[in-house]
Amino acid sequence: MTWEIKQCAVTVRNPEGLHMRPALKIVQAANGFQCQIELERAGQIADCRSMLSLLTLGAPQDCELLLRAQGPDADEAIRVISLMFSQQFDE
Amino acid sequence: MLELQGIAVSPGVAIGRALVFDREGYRITRCLVAVGEDEREWQRFVDAVRQASLKLESNRQSTADKLGERIGDIFSAQLQVLSDPQLQTELESLIRKKAYSAEYAVSEVFTKYAAAFRKSTSSFLSERAADIRDVERSLLEALTGQPMATLKTLPHEAIVVSHDLTPGETASFDPEKVLGICTEAGGSGGHTAIVARGMEIPAVVGVGNFLHNIRSGDEVIIDGHLGRIIVSPNDATRDRYKERRLFRESIATQLQEIRDLPASTSDGVRIELMANLEFPNEAASCVARGADGVGLYRTEFLYLGRDQEPTEEEHYQAYAQVVRDMQNRPVVIRTLDLGADKMGMTMLAEPENNPFLGLRSIRLSLRNPPLFRIQVRAILRAACLGDVRVMFPMITTLDELRSARFLLRSVSEDLAAEGKHIQCAVQVGMMVEVPAAVLMLDRFIDEIDFVSIGTNDLTQYTLAVDRSNDSVADLYQACDPAVLRLIQRTHQIASEKKKSTSVCGEMSNNPAYALLLVGMGIRTLSLAPAAIPILKKAIRSVTIGQCEAMAWRALRLSTAREVDAFLMNQLAGLVPEIVLQA
Repeated sequence: MTWEIKQCAVTVRNPEGLHMRPALKIVQAANGFQCQIELERAGQIADCRSMLSLLTLGAPQDCELLLRAQGPDADEAIRVISLMFSQQFDE
Repeated sequence: MLELQGIAVSPGVAIGRALVFDREGYRITRCLVAVGEDEREWQRFVDAVRQASLKLESNRQSTADKLGERIGDIFSAQLQVLSDPQLQTELESLIRKKAYSAEYAVSEVFTKYAAAFRKSTSSFLSERAADIRDVERSLLEALTGQPMATLKTLPHEAIVVSHDLTPGETASFDPEKVLGICTEAGGSGGHTAIVARGMEIPAVVGVGNFLHNIRSGDEVIIDGHLGRIIVSPNDATRDRYKERRLFRESIATQLQEIRDLPASTSDGVRIELMANLEFPNEAASCVARGADGVGLYRTEFLYLGRDQEPTEEEHYQAYAQVVRDMQNRPVVIRTLDLGADKMGMTMLAEPENNPFLGLRSIRLSLRNPPLFRIQVRAILRAACLGDVRVMFPMITTLDELRSARFLLRSVSEDLAAEGKHIQCAVQVGMMVEVPAAVLMLDRFIDEIDFVSIGTNDLTQYTLAVDRSNDSVADLYQACDPAVLRLIQRTHQIASEKKKSTSVCGEMSNNPAYALLLVGMGIRTLSLAPAAIPILKKAIRSVTIGQCEAMAWRALRLSTAREVDAFLMNQLAGLVPEIVLQA
């Protein structure tokens, strides 16, 4: 069966943007889910399991991104990762 | 095609493939593996990833223990990059489908990411490029099993491209393999420049950041005359340079014909053309180029890239070789002229805020009498073998000159007491490089046998310009009227006392400037050996009256720009056949 695509908008709150550490946390979180998870910035799509592709987004502070997930645990993934964004990745 | 401007420090044109030593100093050559080897290559890569991960993990552990988890996270992030799925896919495709060697694939992919990051407008990301390069380095070290390859072990002929070269790297050059040198950093007095000039390898330094735009294997042209570097030249440019190189070679053959003729003006005024030497093994080629002697034997090479002082015997052997090879022609040996930091002799070096105004040159020697005595002993011993003269650099005060002479005398007495055969009547000269020395020269002149004007430092100290500093380098002009007046005054004072004045800065390498100096009355010029034949040609094409007229007018101009334009114009009129070379 195909899963419905879930998505929500997130904002980068960290002053240094989506840098190494936040990216690392996203990858670690994404690896705990079964679903496909992506972040999109103005048409550029990054795989949340790939540090490099996340970093290549070059998202600075206040940048708005689209978080998208597809799979059995998509809802939970969206909830956890968007929470990480709003909590500034505990920084 | 990419064209960049730097500082020309060693003349000549080199065309070849780049070998890039990046900031960390490792090198990668483009290389493919044989058909059927790709699976083995992939396995090699997988092993390297495992090794690099183990190393990063242990770095993470120890860093986290010492500085806390937060800092240790830097390594977690690097570990994550190492196992990045996107990266793995790209590498696998290069290695398995395109038969890239693992090293080449790694370098290719990481260079791409680092460049993408660096280009990014957000500053945090552009700084992340360094993290990416760290991961790359761990991988490459795991692949090659060694920290880095050095310039000693170049696999083939190449143009060395680097951020900067350490004294150790430059000292271990293989001149057979290095066609040309280009660095982001550095200035004309740095060790890279010294070594390149000494080995007559075309070199351009101080280009500024460009390593991200060049990869090992790219075709590169180094123009050591104009200080230009061209990456991936188009056909027209390459052809133009090849033609120019042919032109230079044909001129060189013509110049060979006047090799054994004296450097005299067409109306018979003899000009002594001496050579500036970096290394002992250059002496033979100086003779081959028709040099009248060695006007400046720089001794810094003995100290380059070592952390121990050279012994008296090492000094002696180096001097003796030059004196013998020059076959009774005069050899002026200059005592050590660098800051301790420049020589890699860090035990003598204290970090300084302002090295050009600090403990360098004769000041360093006088502050370290044991080091100075060793060199002076060797010079005096070598003086028995031929016409050796000693010259003290950067003399600023009379006290310095007297201290240096005092040490010279006491060393000479020591040698005599030891029963060593030495030459007592060694001529002693000083370099005029500091405006204070010019102003006080009438007091110095009775205590020396000759003066030699070092125009590089004289220009720097007169105009207060550091020419390795991009922002002010254009102010550095040896033909600035202020510098010309100091040269004129020096010559005037010395000639009143019948002492000889020579000019040994880079200024003499330019035939137009050299003819000006001749017109001002200078009869001895010391220059790069490679520049001697052309200058001889220029001198033989003019009369002394023409040079004097040129000097008379040049000294009445008010700015460096006017002087330079006037001199270049004069040269084109007087010796048109060599002007194409410039």
